[in-house]
Amino acid sequence: MSYLGRRVGFYLVTIWAAITINFLIPRLMPGNPVQLLIARLQGQGTLSTRAIHALSVAFGLETHQSLVAQYWHYWVQLFHGNLGLSVTYYPSTVVNVIATALPWTLALVGISTVIAFVIGTGIGILAAWRRGSWLEAALPISTFFTAIPYFWLGLVAVAVFGVVLGWFPLSGGLGQGMAVAFNGTFISSALYHAALPAVTIVVTSMAGWMIGMRNMMVTTLGEDYVLVAQAKGLSERRVMMTYAARNAILPSIASFALSLSFVVSGAILVEIVFSYPGIGYVLFQAVQNEDYPLMEAIFLIITLAVLVANFVADLAYVFLDPRTRQEA
Amino acid sequence: MTGTGRETTRGAARERGSARWEARDGARRVTEGSPGGIVLEIAGLCVDYGDGPDAVHAVVDVDLAVHRGEVIGVAGESGSGKSTLAYAATRLLRPPGIITGGDAWFYPEAGEASSRLNLLDASAETLREIRWAELAIVFQSAMHALNPVLSVEVQLTDTLAAHRPEMSAAARRERAGELLEMVGINPDRLSSFPHELSGGMRQRVMIAMALALEPQVVIMDEPTTALDVVTQREILEQVIELRDRYGFSVIFITHDLSLLLELADTIAIMYAGRLVEVGPAKRLFRSPRHPYTLGLLSSFPPLHGEVRALSGIPGSPPDLRRVPSGCPFHPRCRFSLPRCGEERPQLVAVSADGERRVACLLHDGRQSPPAELGNPDAGSVPVAPMAAWGPDGPDRSLPPLDDTALSRPEEGVTPHA
Ligand SMILES: Nc1ncnc2c1ncn2[C@@H]1O[C@H](COP(=O)(O)OP(=O)(O)O)[C@@H](O)[C@H]1O
Ligand code: SF4
Ligand SMILES: [Mg+2]
Repeated sequence: MSYLGRRVGFYLVTIWAAITINFLIPRLMPGNPVQLLIARLQGQGTLSTRAIHALSVAFGLETHQSLVAQYWHYWVQLFHGNLGLSVTYYPSTVVNVIATALPWTLALVGISTVIAFVIGTGIGILAAWRRGSWLEAALPISTFFTAIPYFWLGLVAVAVFGVVLGWFPLSGGLGQGMAVAFNGTFISSALYHAALPAVTIVVTSMAGWMIGMRNMMVTTLGEDYVLVAQAKGLSERRVMMTYAARNAILPSIASFALSLSFVVSGAILVEIVFSYPGIGYVLFQAVQNEDYPLMEAIFLIITLAVLVANFVADLAYVFLDPRTRQEA
Repeated sequence: MTGTGRETTRGAARERGSARWEARDGARRVTEGSPGGIVLEIAGLCVDYGDGPDAVHAVVDVDLAVHRGEVIGVAGESGSGKSTLAYAATRLLRPPGIITGGDAWFYPEAGEASSRLNLLDASAETLREIRWAELAIVFQSAMHALNPVLSVEVQLTDTLAAHRPEMSAAARRERAGELLEMVGINPDRLSSFPHELSGGMRQRVMIAMALALEPQVVIMDEPTTALDVVTQREILEQVIELRDRYGFSVIFITHDLSLLLELADTIAIMYAGRLVEVGPAKRLFRSPRHPYTLGLLSSFPPLHGEVRALSGIPGSPPDLRRVPSGCPFHPRCRFSLPRCGEERPQLVAVSADGERRVACLLHDGRQSPPAELGNPDAGSVPVAPMAAWGPDGPDRSLPPLDDTALSRPEEGVTPHA
């Protein structure tokens, strides 16, 4: 069985396990979302039994059914893209809430993560190649930024550039009253709102890539094949990129995949600090409102994100490292 | 003797060799009988690792000339500075290594002092042009010398692309296939990655790569050390065959002097970063002059014949941060004189023809050297026809050896036929 085949099998089993656990946990916990919703709605008047039953059906929590029947039902619902109703955003469906929030997160945190990786890795390569240059001096500075708690840096950024200087907006993903539309005004407003949170993400996460890549690069530069490349009289660029960096980056691929998979979960702090309308902010709301259906769905997405990112990393490895292509 | 067989193959190679190597063989013929002109000359080379009182003096004042078509063997225990010498001379030394003195002259045209250039102060651009095109290196560890993520083809052709930009991609590919064939590997291995090849194959790929641009000098730093004995022999025979066919110069570095028996024209023995004995291989084997050389020769069993007690060398190599005063070898030397602890011997000629150089006070004329180190040697007999001798000439007129321990290595010679 090939390497990729084994990996795909592994992912399928993991996805099944994650979904099953996601199904079981709320059902094994005391209380259920319907009761919570009832408690909330009762403030606005009494509910009929039929209404309560309808809610139970809507949430997929018909307690009189056996667990096996419920499990079957759960899968059917899942395949229909039905994850129930959100308590917080009632009567919006969980799927709708997530579909609205997820693109914001993917754009802001996803792109920032990629930018941080590219810049950090690039500087790491150069810093190792030009030992003793000013780039090496940048390392302690960037380490300092990684050491700062993120929310603190975020709050300082909001205070300085938002409140005091007024260069950037304090919160939100778009200007007041604007709707999502793909035109110039929308894009510039979105970029303007994303700038500050994006810069804080890049600044805090870049150093990790930089230091990791530099260290790996220094190790790789000590390899015989790099010496051979130099002895072969290849251009400096080719020695640096194709011989050294090409090998040095391999360990970073796994961490990069992992960090991509944390885009969704990692968005929580950023989006709270900047009141950004992404999935992290929604999760924060869901937790505050004990909105189990929404939380469950978000956790499921986080799990899937981890798996998908790892799968992409596996693909990248097969592409970048011929040793993984070996039949074993 | 291996020498005669070599001449024949070399003659046949003149027809087969490539244009460039042919031209060089032609040049060799002009100076028939004597080695070709100097192609690489290391002069007064000194290399330290680190600085200050704790600096490791890994190479100290080394002088060594490589002639066109010559195979120089550099032998010495590990840690004696052999690799450092090779890296420094080719400017591949890495920090904390520092070249603290000396020159490494490269002669694009043999012996032409006017066109020579010093590798140690050549510009990065010049260096890049000379590297591999004229001066290739095969490293010890075939395991790590190939880039694990690039195919054999890419690693063979990128050298061609860098140095022969006029070559088309198809021509480069064809040449890469030829190179593999030259070292006995099926060209369909071009698409293989290093991890798919055995250790011996990888080392052959490295050798093929080293010969890609028909360099004048190939440095081999322990090319067979990481391999098993059988593969080691195969590689060695391959090297001998290729060098006989194409006539490039080789600096063959090894900690195993016995490997040099069949291979080297000249041998340089290194101890504690210094050359302690240099001379024509066969004369050095038959009549070593330095106690360390004698010790190395007694350290290996004959390849054939009964294994007699190996005397070896007692003690261990010195710490190169604190090399003993006087002769660095004196704490381990069984012939040491009282003044060996104070006087530092210099590498000086000890044969009438000046071909043999030794750094040992025993040969400074103030006493007669012990019998083991004073075997008669062709070069010490000042006879008229000497000038007419070929590189292997003196051997034929060697006086018969008396049966001492020194003749043992000779028994070990296996003609590689
Ligand atoms: N990077 C280094 N830093 C410090 N000392 C070194 C380094 N590389 C080699 N040396 C020292 O230099 C000496 C010569 O090493 P080397 O040239 O590798 O010897 P050889 O090739 O003969 O085994 C050794 O004593 C070794 O300890
Ligand atoms: S100089 Fe003295 S110590 Fe050194 S090798 Fe010669 S005899 Fe031995
Ligand atoms: Mg070595």
